[in-house]
Amino acid sequence: MVLQSSLKNCLQLSCILRTPKAGFRSTTSGSLIIQSTSNDVYQNLAVEDWIHDHMNLENRQVLFLWRNSPAVVIGRHQNPWQECNLRLLRQKNIKLARRRSGGGTVYHDLGNINLTFFTSRKKYERMENLKLVVKALKALRPELDVRVTDRYDILLDRHYKISGTAAKLGRTSAYHHCTLLCNADKFVLSSVLKSPYKGIKSNATPSVPASVKNLFEEDPSLTSEMLLDAIAEEYATQHQTDHHITLINPADETVLPGINNKTKELQTWEWVYGKTPKFSVSTCFNMVYKDSVLDVKVDMDVKHGRIEVCNIDLPEQWLPPALSSELVKSLTGSKFCPNEITTLVTTLLRVCPQDEELQSRWNLLCENMIMLM
Amino acid sequence: MAAVTALRSSYRTAGRLVCIHRVRSSSGIRFIKSKYVCVFDKSALKFSHQQRLFRTSAVSCGQIVQFKLSDIGEGITEVTVKEWYIKEGDSVSQFDSICEVQSDKASVTITSRYDGIIRKLHYNVDDIAFVGKPLVDIEIDASKGVSPEEDVVETPPMSHEEHTHQEIKGHKTLATPAVRRLAMENNIKLSEVVGTGKDNRILKEDILNYLAKQTGAILPPSPKAEIIPPLPKSETVPAAPKDRARKIPVPVSRPIVFSGKDKTEPVTGFHKAMVKTMSAALKIPHFGYCDEIDLTQLVQLREELKPLAQVRGVKLSFMPFFIKAASLGLLQYPILNASLDESCQNVTYKASHNIGVAMDTEQGLIVPNVKNVQVCSVFEIASELNRLQSLGSAGQLGTNDLTGGTFTLSNIGTIGGTYAKPVILPPEVAIGALGKIQVLPRFNGKGEVFKAQIMNVSWSADHRIIDGATMARFSNLWKSYLENPASMLLDLK
Repeated sequence: MVLQSSLKNCLQLSCILRTPKAGFRSTTSGSLIIQSTSNDVYQNLAVEDWIHDHMNLENRQVLFLWRNSPAVVIGRHQNPWQECNLRLLRQKNIKLARRRSGGGTVYHDLGNINLTFFTSRKKYERMENLKLVVKALKALRPELDVRVTDRYDILLDRHYKISGTAAKLGRTSAYHHCTLLCNADKFVLSSVLKSPYKGIKSNATPSVPASVKNLFEEDPSLTSEMLLDAIAEEYATQHQTDHHITLINPADETVLPGINNKTKELQTWEWVYGKTPKFSVSTCFNMVYKDSVLDVKVDMDVKHGRIEVCNIDLPEQWLPPALSSELVKSLTGSKFCPNEITTLVTTLLRVCPQDEELQSRWNLLCENMIMLM
Repeated sequence: MAAVTALRSSYRTAGRLVCIHRVRSSSGIRFIKSKYVCVFDKSALKFSHQQRLFRTSAVSCGQIVQFKLSDIGEGITEVTVKEWYIKEGDSVSQFDSICEVQSDKASVTITSRYDGIIRKLHYNVDDIAFVGKPLVDIEIDASKGVSPEEDVVETPPMSHEEHTHQEIKGHKTLATPAVRRLAMENNIKLSEVVGTGKDNRILKEDILNYLAKQTGAILPPSPKAEIIPPLPKSETVPAAPKDRARKIPVPVSRPIVFSGKDKTEPVTGFHKAMVKTMSAALKIPHFGYCDEIDLTQLVQLREELKPLAQVRGVKLSFMPFFIKAASLGLLQYPILNASLDESCQNVTYKASHNIGVAMDTEQGLIVPNVKNVQVCSVFEIASELNRLQSLGSAGQLGTNDLTGGTFTLSNIGTIGGTYAKPVILPPEVAIGALGKIQVLPRFNGKGEVFKAQIMNVSWSADHRIIDGATMARFSNLWKSYLENPASMLLDLK
């Protein structure tokens, strides 16, 4: 059972968090267990950033527990077009977030719990954290076959990945976070994590796909709340602190000054898409127009999420050269984003000759181009 | 240029280390003098035996220090450089982020240990970097704008442990590491603080006094902002001090410093689209016609119909009525639903009434249209509007929804305003802007004052093919449908 924090403890936490400079001259043991009251992936990632930037972790450690409503989270240096089905995400209203730590892409929903271990840079130790989680799981259900691999994954029944890990190191502090699959929607998970985009060449960190399983499938009596509590208890024991979980509201500026700016930054297009390392798209598609099938070849270079160079190979004179060069000119410098490109190309249509045939060809070509994004 | 040689003599005097060297001079004729230079804190003593002299180059005025990639932990020896936050020639301060490296699922932010100018990046993005090998070369600031016979500062080679007093900026700024940290956290340059301790040493009280003078109050230290540089460093003063400043009655007269900078960025995306459309619209000679509509009866009608639509899952606003009434009007005045070709030789009367609705989204203005309004019921129009609105706010409108419009209505009144001067969206020839609905006193037929729901409409039309009379008659017809909604029943198809 998760203990609700009393008002007094909230205030105590807010006192501590509001004066990070003072250090934590707290008489109790250094470690702290906090849980987010929000299911918004951006808010929760912002809390991680905030703790990493503002808390003095020289003499204390923090465990942060959080869960998100459906979202896909990519690693710091990854390419979302390579990692997931962006079209499906948009259709299903699943959020896309980029975290600041490295590693691969994960699907989050309320059946997937997140744990973040904050320590000073010197005390950064991922294996220990994962062993703690395994110990907690075994204490809860001794018959579970769970173990840590040397790739910092946790496997169930030796095959199935139930936890992935990532870490962020700063100058003085560091954090290691991992997921734990309790009861996530595996169907949605596998469909959103499959990219339909072809012809992408990039040096972005690729994800390593793995078979996954929910702990719930192994033991239906398990719930996310039970897992959170078990891990908190094990943490409390190992760090000799009270098994007391303090609740944090990630929108509360008084406790976390500056948090809303961090949340906003994580939601900007420039961060989520713009931080994608340079990549190129080299692909071709068929267009069916009237009675013929046309081959179109497209080459694009995308940097900071914007189209730097664009080349479209069309059958000769299918579109008047002025129009096709106008298309290429407009695409260059624009975001590699279907919404923006749609607006641009439909606007261009207003100022070109009002020939129905021409316009339907233009629409067909543009729709296919937009499918690449 | 005189050759530079450096004499070294070191001796300890009560915890101090002093070095003498010859000075570089800028002209070959000047005498070379030697002076005493730099004082180190006690903790530097441990490394005095490691001290080396750097031969200064004839060209630069600072020391080039090789900043090595420090230990990542967990026995990691190599990492991949993923992003540079600085480039050669940039100046950095201590603790600024330099680059992001990645090793086995861990992303590490490397911060600078020195203040200075980046002179060389040893790796490109995606290269493998090695722990212990140089990452960047930083030129440490020497004194600025002082006489050429200035002392050259010598810096001992850095060990892995952090020092908080690494560089001396050509003049003595004595302060303990704790004081330096306090200054750094408050973004204070030690050179600007007057030291009151021994040998002009800066004490903690000096920092606090400096802060007090700056803002008229003692500030709580602002949180350390180790945010990645691509964000503009626009951390404004936190709210708390502003509130305190208001409570302090005595205004301190100090020069108002505005540190904002102009920001130039290229026009792309949505804005580029607007530029194209509006530039083309300029070619159209616009004329305007405005009027006032009494919507009292329509307001009542909508109230009655809203729950019915709700039951069918559709949100009913006023727009479906405006759109349907416009279509009925266009049936009588089809020239308003036409298009003039480029050479102004031919007018095409469009058969479909594809009425565009201007929508304001986060990214900017978009105009999706409702197709074939002439054969749609008010309910169907409302349902289609709902679909377009939800797609629009999610940024998922398709090309089909955004093309083919023949006439546009802009409901700017939802944001505010009365009369407007809308711009026609080519290739259309007319547009209407609807102001907000206000409750105003009006006279009725009996000469009594009553409460009327008044909305203003502002039409713009292409004067090359539309004349004032046509616009006025269309507007009157549209107005009559809305002021007396029952009359729409007569003409509905």
